[in-house]
Amino acid sequence: MDFSIISDNIGLYLNGLVITVELVVTALVLGLMIAVPLALMRTSRNPFIWGPVWLFIYVFRGTPLLVQLYVIYYGFGQFAAVRESFLWPYLKEAYVCALIAFALNTAAYTAEILRGAIEATFHGEVEAAKACGMSRSMMLRRIILPSAFRRALPAYSNEVIFMLHGSAIASVITILDITGVARLINSRFYSPYEAFIAAALFYMALTFLIVWGFKLWEKRWHAHLHPRQQ
Amino acid sequence: MTELAAVLDRILIKTLGGVLDGYLYPFILKGMVVTVELALASLAIAIVLGMIGAVAKLSNSRIAKAVAGTYTTLIRGVPGIVLMFIIFFGGQLLVNNIGDLLGWDYIEISEFIAGSATLGFIFGAYMTESFRGGILAVPRGEIEAGYTFGMTAAQVFFRITLPQMVRHALPSFGNNWLVLTKETALVSVIGLQDMVFNASQAGGTTRQPFTFFFVVAVLYLIITAVSKVGLRWADRRYSVGVRRA
Repeated sequence: MDFSIISDNIGLYLNGLVITVELVVTALVLGLMIAVPLALMRTSRNPFIWGPVWLFIYVFRGTPLLVQLYVIYYGFGQFAAVRESFLWPYLKEAYVCALIAFALNTAAYTAEILRGAIEATFHGEVEAAKACGMSRSMMLRRIILPSAFRRALPAYSNEVIFMLHGSAIASVITILDITGVARLINSRFYSPYEAFIAAALFYMALTFLIVWGFKLWEKRWHAHLHPRQQ
Repeated sequence: MTELAAVLDRILIKTLGGVLDGYLYPFILKGMVVTVELALASLAIAIVLGMIGAVAKLSNSRIAKAVAGTYTTLIRGVPGIVLMFIIFFGGQLLVNNIGDLLGWDYIEISEFIAGSATLGFIFGAYMTESFRGGILAVPRGEIEAGYTFGMTAAQVFFRITLPQMVRHALPSFGNNWLVLTKETALVSVIGLQDMVFNASQAGGTTRQPFTFFFVVAVLYLIITAVSKVGLRWADRRYSVGVRRA
């Protein structure tokens, strides 16, 4: 094995790293912003509100991310209405399509995580909030959501790692993320081990960084669950 | 048998042949068969690796623990598609090199073998964790009782541990299976003709990519729904005699 191929092209890999991180962080932020209202709608009692959200979550969790990406990147161009709309200059960009697919995908998974966390709220807390005369929105803001976020944190850290790993398929639609760069190097030098093992190391480093970051975050948010430090 | 298959084929072509410009049958549905076969082959490999991994993690040997620990950590830290590229491209290179040394003819690794080996290898790591949890949930006293009766280690495993761990491991096993079926879509990238691959071909030829990917999405939902029914049945079957509150 000749790892000088990697050190000679380390700049490409670092560019790929930036693209991957950018894509994942943007998708996660957008996904979380979509997921919170979806999770609230999902816990509604009105079937016309929770029904469509249930369908959205079911479809996005039940089909492969790759197929979702293909539907958005290759599929939307089938319709003349899309091709002629003002959105077309954006929708024909691979990067934008990957971002939409990833954001919607993580939104579905995150909404399901949050739904579980919201439904697990201790009913005494809700009763107490009502007894204090809080309106529904104030109760959400002050009681339900803060404790739901805490409960959702461990499952959400898994979702972040899945999103990082899922983002590797962006390379299939020509995006030069870490995997995309590795494929480029492999096709140039025919050196699959060096190219993909280097990519694997980057992903592993990012995964460990995420695990470590969430550990710190949990320490802060779950401080009340830990035994008191002597 | 072949005659029956031929008759069935003719009926299907007559009924489904016109749907989606004649691409749904046999093209897409044959791809679906490949998807399901691939998922089942990978599952078989994953179960074997997961069982070995779980036993290694729970053993007293420090080396076995370290190997199994490294395996699960490495696999869970790297995206499936990257591992697939390593095994598909790298595995071919390795076979070529070994072949050169031993003077074999050129041997090509088929996409199906590379795909199922990779997926099996990846999900073996996830199954290791499911099975480990299942084994740990079996009451220690029952295992000790088995040894007291003079059972061998193998007898204890097959008569006491295995039948009971299934119940505890089933929920996370089911989750892994659902994720696995979706991960099979990645093999289309290395050229295996599963339903995603065939859909992109058909979509390209007919210029209706949305239609075909939409159909594939629905087919995945059908596989998922059927799996859920099967898993619920297995859950009931293995929970016979368990009192539920």
